[in-house]
Amino acid sequence: MLLIKCPYCGERAEVEFANGGEAHIARPADPMTLSDEEWAQYLYMRDNPKGLIAERWRHAHGCGRFFNALRDTRTDRFVMTYEMGQPRPDVTPEQAAEAAR
Amino acid sequence: MQKFSAFSLFRQALGAHQGWKPQWRSVKPKAAYDIIIVGGGGHGLGAAYYLAKQHGLRNIAVVERGWLAGGNTARNTTIIRSNYLFDESSSYYEHSLKLWEGLSQELNYNVMFSQRGCLMIAHTVHDVQVFKRHVHANRLNGIDNEWLTPQEVKEFCPPLNISPNIRYPILGGALQRRAGTARHDAVAWGFARAASDMGVDIIENCEVTGITRAPSGEVTGVETTLGPIKARKIGVSAAGHSSVVLGMAGIRLPLQSNPLQALVSEPVKPAFPTIVMSNTIHAYISQSDKGEMVIGAGTDSYVSYTQRGGLHIPAHTLEAITELCPMFRRLRMMRSWGGITDNTPDRSPITAKTSVPGLYVNCGWGTGGFKATPGAANLFAWTIAKDEPHPINAPFTIERFRDGTLIDEAAAAAVAH
Repeated sequence: MLLIKCPYCGERAEVEFANGGEAHIARPADPMTLSDEEWAQYLYMRDNPKGLIAERWRHAHGCGRFFNALRDTRTDRFVMTYEMGQPRPDVTPEQAAEAAR
Repeated sequence: MQKFSAFSLFRQALGAHQGWKPQWRSVKPKAAYDIIIVGGGGHGLGAAYYLAKQHGLRNIAVVERGWLAGGNTARNTTIIRSNYLFDESSSYYEHSLKLWEGLSQELNYNVMFSQRGCLMIAHTVHDVQVFKRHVHANRLNGIDNEWLTPQEVKEFCPPLNISPNIRYPILGGALQRRAGTARHDAVAWGFARAASDMGVDIIENCEVTGITRAPSGEVTGVETTLGPIKARKIGVSAAGHSSVVLGMAGIRLPLQSNPLQALVSEPVKPAFPTIVMSNTIHAYISQSDKGEMVIGAGTDSYVSYTQRGGLHIPAHTLEAITELCPMFRRLRMMRSWGGITDNTPDRSPITAKTSVPGLYVNCGWGTGGFKATPGAANLFAWTIAKDEPHPINAPFTIERFRDGTLIDEAAAAAVAH
């Protein structure tokens, strides 16, 4: 089970959280002009990276709030969690190496 | 190829079984092939077999990152059934089930296909309605499926507790008698042996690191850890790593890779005659020929390539199983493991051409690809050989996500794969 650091409540067990999939997928600003291909990209296509992923979590059985996390999908180690609305943080080579370890 | 028979067994016994030869050739990759299959699991090896057997092609290689059939082929719970709701899915899975029924004979390799039935248990009024709808839909498609009352459920599978006083009582079940299990390794070995005999090169410990393309866009080969290999066509059958491999050609897929866990108990005497599945409380159990109870747990919720997962996921399914079968409460669990499943949003697979000429993909099997092994291999081979899909896999494109023609088994059918 993962140990996840909610930015508001601190470290809690994974069972308190709901995963929300890849983060930073912006809702289309002007949906009426979107092509079918662009809708498919927004709704269904995913990077599914083997390595660092930015993903959403919700502290469903806690504060109830969404936040983002950076995690290495090869090891499941978190680099950091951060609040909604912040851009994807830069990761230092040392942080990336630690997460990949 | 040494043919297996009672006579060959007897003859080898006279020589103290020293005369058996390796079942497939160990080869170094050639510089070029007509077709390269990426992924040496059941689906990939089967595709190579059918390309050689049905389409007369010989200059084929299967490249595998690890050892043969060491990924999800080695990690699944070996359930085979075709009781899916929609016409598109049920015809695909039924195509596969029919191939399973003749596979041991066709491959001259005992895949230990055992049609012991698959019983899907209903616990709520909604379950009853959904499963009866399944029964009717399947029968209209010529696929066997029948409804059992709780008493009939108990007669068919005595370990089940049909007391009305448990938290989720058994209200009945849908039984597909032709469903069953098979020996997972044997399927891959059988395909590998037969394909190798027809000239297919099986290259293990060879990871694909890139897909090379001509300026006009079509594929020209792969870069691997054993050097570049040229190919006119590439078929990717890489399960949880499909996004990674197709990403090398710039293709994004509607896939999420999640760990799916399974576990087995200590071996016991034959005690469980069938496969029991319960979607509502997530129980999923059968008994292997070795005697272990084979239990499928749920999917971890997050993207991961670790082949692990959280212990709370198998714990959840064990709670359900011990309520359904109280006699298993003191059974000890022996091993648990995870595999990486590639899940599509509609929980249906993709067996199709891609937007890159010469590049084909068979992926998205998610948590239920084992049952489809011969069927998917057969249709993937067809798609590669003819550069167009067979009518059965024609709906299973990547473009269905653009065109809105989803095959929504997940939502409509409540299918636990």
